[in-house]
This record gives sequence, structure tokens and C-alpha cells, in this order.
Amino acid sequence: MTLLDAERTTWTAVCPVAHLTPGRGAAVLVDGEALAVFLLADGSVRAIGNIDPCSGASVLSRGLVGHTEREGVTLRYVASPLRKQRFDLDTGCGLDADADAGSWPVRVVDGFVEVGRQASPWGNGPETAP
Amino acid sequence: MHRTPPPLRIVVVGNGMVGHRLLTALAELGATPGAAITVIAGEPRPAYDRVALSSWFAGRSAEDLSLVEPGFFADHGIEVLLGDPAAAIDRGSATVTTASGRVLAYDRLVLATGSRPFVPPVPGHDGPGCFTYRTIGDLEAIATAASRPAVERGVVVGGGLLGLEAANALLQLGLETHVVEFAPRLMPVQLDEGGSAALRRRVEHLGVHVHTSCATQAIEHERGQPARLAFDGRDPLPADLVVFSAGIRPDDALARAAGLAVGERGGIAVDDQMRTSDPAVLAIGECAVVGGRHFGLVAPGYQMAKVAAAHLAAQVLGTPEPTDRFVGGDLSTKLKLLGVEVANVGSVHDLEGCTSLVWDDPVGATYQRLDVDADGRVRAAVLVGDASAFGLVLDRFRSGDAVAAPGELLKATAPPDPTAAPDPSAGVCSCENVSRGAVCGAIAEGCDTLAALKAATGAGTGCGGCIPLLEGLLRTESTGTPPGVCEHFALTRAELYDLIRVRRHTTFAEVLDRYGAAAGGCEVCKPVVASILASLDNGYILDGEQAALQDSNDHFLANIQRDGTYSVVPRVPGGEITPAGLIAIGEVARDFDLYTKITGGQRIDLLGARVEQLPAIWRRLVDAGFESGHAYGKSLRTVKSCVGSSWCRYGVQDSTSMAILLEERYRGLRSPHKIKMAVSGCARECAEAQSKDVGVIATERGWNLWVGGNGGMRPRHAELLAEDLDDAALIRSIDRFLEYYVRCADRLQRTASWIEGLDGGVDHVRQVVVEDSLGLGAELEAAMAAHVAAYECEWAATLERPDRLARFVTYVNAPDEPDPTVVFVRERGQIRPARSDELVGANR
Repeated sequence: MTLLDAERTTWTAVCPVAHLTPGRGAAVLVDGEALAVFLLADGSVRAIGNIDPCSGASVLSRGLVGHTEREGVTLRYVASPLRKQRFDLDTGCGLDADADAGSWPVRVVDGFVEVGRQASPWGNGPETAP
Repeated sequence: MHRTPPPLRIVVVGNGMVGHRLLTALAELGATPGAAITVIAGEPRPAYDRVALSSWFAGRSAEDLSLVEPGFFADHGIEVLLGDPAAAIDRGSATVTTASGRVLAYDRLVLATGSRPFVPPVPGHDGPGCFTYRTIGDLEAIATAASRPAVERGVVVGGGLLGLEAANALLQLGLETHVVEFAPRLMPVQLDEGGSAALRRRVEHLGVHVHTSCATQAIEHERGQPARLAFDGRDPLPADLVVFSAGIRPDDALARAAGLAVGERGGIAVDDQMRTSDPAVLAIGECAVVGGRHFGLVAPGYQMAKVAAAHLAAQVLGTPEPTDRFVGGDLSTKLKLLGVEVANVGSVHDLEGCTSLVWDDPVGATYQRLDVDADGRVRAAVLVGDASAFGLVLDRFRSGDAVAAPGELLKATAPPDPTAAPDPSAGVCSCENVSRGAVCGAIAEGCDTLAALKAATGAGTGCGGCIPLLEGLLRTESTGTPPGVCEHFALTRAELYDLIRVRRHTTFAEVLDRYGAAAGGCEVCKPVVASILASLDNGYILDGEQAALQDSNDHFLANIQRDGTYSVVPRVPGGEITPAGLIAIGEVARDFDLYTKITGGQRIDLLGARVEQLPAIWRRLVDAGFESGHAYGKSLRTVKSCVGSSWCRYGVQDSTSMAILLEERYRGLRSPHKIKMAVSGCARECAEAQSKDVGVIATERGWNLWVGGNGGMRPRHAELLAEDLDDAALIRSIDRFLEYYVRCADRLQRTASWIEGLDGGVDHVRQVVVEDSLGLGAELEAAMAAHVAAYECEWAATLERPDRLARFVTYVNAPDEPDPTVVFVRERGQIRPARSDELVGANR
């Protein structure tokens, strides 16, 4: 497991959190990479890759957010608007398919959503980003 | 040496519901081998379900109504004498003599003679064409009389519970139906004024004419059949057939003649062990009075049968005297009268120091009243039109627990929440006295369907009022896959729809909080609830909380394609389009470089629009007079048509105009799945209406209406719902059909599979839609009228408000950047998305 080095993570402000709709996502462009940023009902934010690895289309931000229980743990996911495959919002990993959309550290500072520059293929929810 | 005692001779007079219950209880207690049981019945057939009598007119046969398991009498050595009523009891010699002269000796005699209909002794009451309503024999006589051509108008004397049942029978026989009630209102015993008024509105809407405060003076006959009813101080009422249903009286004639004690107002007096004044003679059911009280319902009758059986069984088996006693019963009931739910708990007539909560909706003809005493205990309730709260209210009434928020009780529960009172001894089925624990036990042992549960426990086999509760328990207790929408809702779409409609919920959060099984929600339940809210509210679907619920296509009011671009489909009602309209669409396609294709629904699909282009495309289309075609929604798609009688030499009606009218009426209606329609101008059927959800085919005399057709993966031929309708009847029928579908179908269920899954299939739909058997017609039409009135074009509504346009960007932080993954190539003069093998060297 690789933890992000907080000292060397550069954060990019992508939009005011007020621009997001709770329970939905929005696509943002960070260093030429399309990310999907989600505002959840509890006010927390998540960022995963916007490209649906099952189709190659840049659409995950337009999917619906859902909750499901797996082995006693509540997972938050987005369902792709194309073929409804689900991706864990904490890790970017597919729940239905062996596919990974990638996940990014994300936080809210002074009302702005900020995304960490490094992608982590192992998945970093906001809890693991110091 | 031990000697086997001679078998106890038990004679049972009467084989009605309660009399038969005594026999099954004796069998369950193992008492039948040691007894010599003889049953004497006046009717020619063994016990049947008298509570469900009116279903005989809806097609249930006498066999269907039978309560006797095949082989029951033979298996238990019970001798049955049918059609030979008991004529006399000689208590001195302990014998019963039947009408045919048979003499039967008894050690124990059980009277289960039930009651007889009360017929007011007015002149002419016993003439031809006058009937009572109690036995299958009565029904047969009524049906025979009603089939005579001269008989068109039936009058029921009595507006109580039985009178309304009889009215239902006359309606089903196709008679113009009148109900005459002596009291100023319907069901005066069970209901208060408000409840009666709501019931009257509903019943009148079904076509029953109600006359209250009418004292019948005489039945006047002419030409061998009734001609009219004469009243005191009112105009006479013409009638060809009369049914008396003015109440019942305990049938105590045999007992009186035998010198047994009777109650002040009739009925055989018994103690709490069902013993009459002669300890060798018992009486149970409607013929008995306990402590001066008469119980005209089946549930207390069954309780009496069980008590009597326990004591008789002990005597047969030589076991100690049991402690079973009849503890009385309340007269709470829940019924469906003419399809209208009516329930009462306790009695609203003798209340002191109680506070009444009343919810009266004269428009929906729904009335609910709850009476609680100073300590917050439920003392009485009346529910008309929506009795879904009955289970919970009755539970609290019987438990005597104080209720903190009584109003919540009324709002509570359709279906009742079985987990709300987890006490295993709590009663679920009051007819059969089955506890929650017994039901849950049966479910745990593998009963996973209602039928299995009924067979194992007996619950739900009486009046059927507990069936929603049983279904609820099946859902919550069963370990199999629940039938609910998803892991967040154990309820089906139809159940959610009803709850949201009746309780007027307006947000997903409220619905989830109230009925959800788990927090959060998902991509399945959110659009389901969003669609229901849209069906009921008819407002803009993308404001506020609803924005987060809509499926991606609804969210962008366009259809997403494989590369993440969208297609745009303007509405072309009936497929009719002007040259100017064609040119406008062509210009939009040219200017935005969109791929165009003619669809199967007679309109034009514009593909390849990037999300940020959508508002500008709509602006151009709306300015040219187009509106959203709702190609993205679970809603009406198109109404395909031919040119009909306007042009075609075979056409018999103007199918194009009708198609346009229908498309503009039903556009935007949110439904469980997409809806496709077509109108053909003649029987050649060029519009292929018989493959649509709703198909209309012109005839010389009007329109034939077909429903439930489908193309696609599982093609299905539509079924004929109604013939030769005029324009107004056609529209009314489609209004009702669509709203009924929207109300009942499961998520993503097209009309084809919905109808296939309905008990009774298209016949059921016809009863509801054409014959209005559930009395929902006006309600369904009103729902459609509200939809039609509130319709607005979703594109235009979005363009009006800048805040609604904010989502139409590819990247919120770089609104001018195009999506590099969207790459087109040209083919046959138009764009199409690049295939992966064409992407080498492109932007990725």
C-alpha cells in the first residue's frame, strides 16, 4: 500500500462545492485528465476517473450514485450511465467488472473542491489521504 | 378389564361456516374417531364461504366457494344429511327429527342454524320477483330472474353491509341498481355520518342509485313481477326485481319450539361454554346470544365453534374439562364493498370523553376517523375509501396501548408494518385466530408464498382482510429474494406509488426515511421514486432534490450514446411534419453537424450532440416550433399513424388527427417504462397498432382499442380491449388504461408483461377500464386531466432558467474544452463515432 506523501501532493481547486448537486457528479479537467467529482449526501466529496473503463467514454460523472452493503460495509458507488456497471467511489474499482476507473485524493478547502494531483491505482479515499 | 366406551353421539344442526368450523376443530383435536357425528343441513350443498358470496357473480363457482376439503366427511366418519332440515327436537327422548322424517338420537346436540334474512312484512314482500340474499340458492334464483328481458331495474331494500353486497350482485348482473335505506345514510350501524357520505359518493360513482330515509310501504306487482316500491311520503320507485337485505335475525325457531331459553330480542341463550339452558344442547354462531349479545360476524362465530369443540372433544376423549371460554369479540371489520374499502374498529356510536381525529377528503371520497380517549388509547375508528391503516389501528385498539401520535396511525400503513408490533401473540388473522408467531413460524419453515402460508396456517382464508399483513410478513420474514424494488425498499413499485399518492410524499428523502430498508438509495430506486413523483406531481423534473434522482438521460433530457454524446429527438406528433419543419430540423442538423436518421416512430433522430451543445440545439428547435419528444424518458414516445381517411382510399376515420390528439394529450406522462402508440385508419393496419402498448384501429363505427402489444425482443400481439368507441369513449378508456398502468406496473415493465402478470389478464384490465369495476374511473381520469393541464415542454422550461442550464458543460472547471474522447469519422456524408481501430493517432 502506498500512502500519498502529503508534502509532495499538489492540490488543484476545481470548482466551488456549491456548484455540485448532492448525490450527483461533475466532470473536471486536471492536467489534461478528466475526473469525476461527486458530492455525497453527507457533504463529503470523492474523485474518480471520469472515463468508464468498460466503454472508454468519458461519462462516469453523469451516473447515479448508490449505496450498497458488502460484507457489512457500506460502499458508495456510481453506476455508469452507459451499461450500469458500478464503480466504488472510494477506490475507483469496479464492483461488477474487473475494471478500475482510478481514484484521486480530494478535499474541500474554503468552499472549494480540491483534487490531489497524483493518481493512485490502489485507491485512496479521503480518509487515507492525510 | 378396560372396556371401550360407546362413541359419543353428536348431532350438529347446520353446516354453515360456523357449523363446519366445529367439525374441523373436532377433527384437529382428534375427537372424530371416538364420536359418532351426524350433520343435518337444510341447504343442498355443504359449507361454503358465505362472506365471499357476491364473488359467485364474478365467476366463482359453488365449488370454488366450498369450505369442505375433498374427502373430509368420509375421512372423519361424519355422516351428512344435506337438503333435509331439522324439523323438531325432542329433548325428553334426546332425538332430532328431520323434515323427511328421519329420527336421530343424540348425546350432545349442537345448534348452528345461523340466521335468516329479515324481510319487512310489507304488502307484496312475498310476491314473485322478490328475493332474499343469503344462500347460493338465493343467488341462483336472482340470476335467473335477472336474465329475463323484461327485468332491467333491480332494487335492494337495505343499505347496510349485506344490502351493498346485494347491490354489487345486481350491478354485476347488468341491472340498473338502486339501494333503498330506511335510515338517513348507508351502513348506519358501522359508520358515522362522514364515513357514510364518503361511501355514498363512491357507491354512486359506480352507478348505484342510493335512496335514503325511505320507509318502504309496499311492493306493488303487475303482470307477475314487481312494478314499483311505494314509500311513505315519497314518489314510488319503479322496480322489476327486489332483493331484501334489511338485516338478519337469529334462526332460533327449533330451539324455541323445544323450550330452550332464548334472548330478549331472539337468539338461543348460551353461556361462555356455548351451553344452552339444556346442558346436552349447545348453540354456536349467529343463532346464539352470549350474555344477551348477538354476533353477526364470522370471526366470533369461529371462536364459539372452537370453544364448543374443545368441550365436546374433552367429553369424547375423557380428558379433563378444558378452560376454553368464549371471551366475546369486537365487531371490527374490514371489507371491500363494491370494490370500496370500508372498515370500522370498535363502535363510534357510544363514545364518551374521546377525541376524534377526522381526515375527510370529499374529492377523493376518502374518509378516516380515529377516536382516542383521554389516555391516548384507540377506542374506535372508521375508514372509508382507504382502509390501509386498519391493521395497525386494530392492533392498537385490541392491545389497549396508548398511542403517542394518533394522527400518525392513520397516515401509517399501507401495507401495515408487521415489524411495528413484534409481539408473537399478536393476532394477524382474526377470522381464523392466527397469531403473528404462527405465521412467522410457517414462513421460517419454508412457506414462501401466500398460497403456502394460507394452506399451512389457515390465515387469510376467511374474510381476506389480513392478506396485506401476510404479504408484509412474507416480505420481511422470508429469507428468499424479497420482491421489493431493490435493497433499499422491500416494497414494490406499485406499493410505493400508492403510498406516495395517498400520503402525498414529495421527496425521495421522505420516502426513503419512511419506507426504506437501508440508507442511501441507488440507481434503481432513485429513478423509480423520481418517476412516481413526476407521475403524481406533473412538475418540472430537474429542480431541487429530484435533480439527483433522475436517470442520466432524464438528467440531460437527451439520450446518451456509446461515446457519451447525446441524441436529440424533437416531437413530431403523429409523424406529421410541415416542409418548414423538415427544413428547420435539417438546418439544425447541418449547423451542429449532427447525424440524422428517421426513426421507427415516424420522427427524426439527431445524433452526435455534445452535452454543452444541447441547450443551443434546443433553442433553435424550440424557436422553430418544436418541443421535446421525450425519447429519453420512461414516458410516451410516439403515436405512429397512417394518412387515414384524409388521403387513403381505404381509410374510414381520420387516423392522423386522432394520433396527433393522442400524442399531444399523453406527451410527457412519466410511466414505469416507455409507452408506444399507433392509430390506423382502417383494418389494413398500416400503422402496426397491434404491436403497440396502445393501438387504435378505425372501424366504420368508431375505433377499436388494442392494448399490451410489443415489438422488440419479445414481440407480443396486442389484445382487444373495447370495440367501436366514439372519440370521447376512446380517450376516456386510454386515460384510464394508462393511469392504471402507471399506478400498478412494476419498474421497467411494459404493458405487455404487466397485463400478462395480472390475475385475469386483459379481462381484468377491461373490468377496471371499461366496466369500472373498482370504481377508479373518475380518479384515473382526474389524474390524467391533471397531467394534461400541467404539461410543459421540458426543453423550453430548461432554457427559460439559467440555473437549470448550469449542468450542460463537459468540464465544470473548463467549460470551453471539448471532450477529447469524442472523435467522429465521416461515412456516407455524415459523422459517426470512431471505432477503436480508427482511433490510432487520434487524441488518445
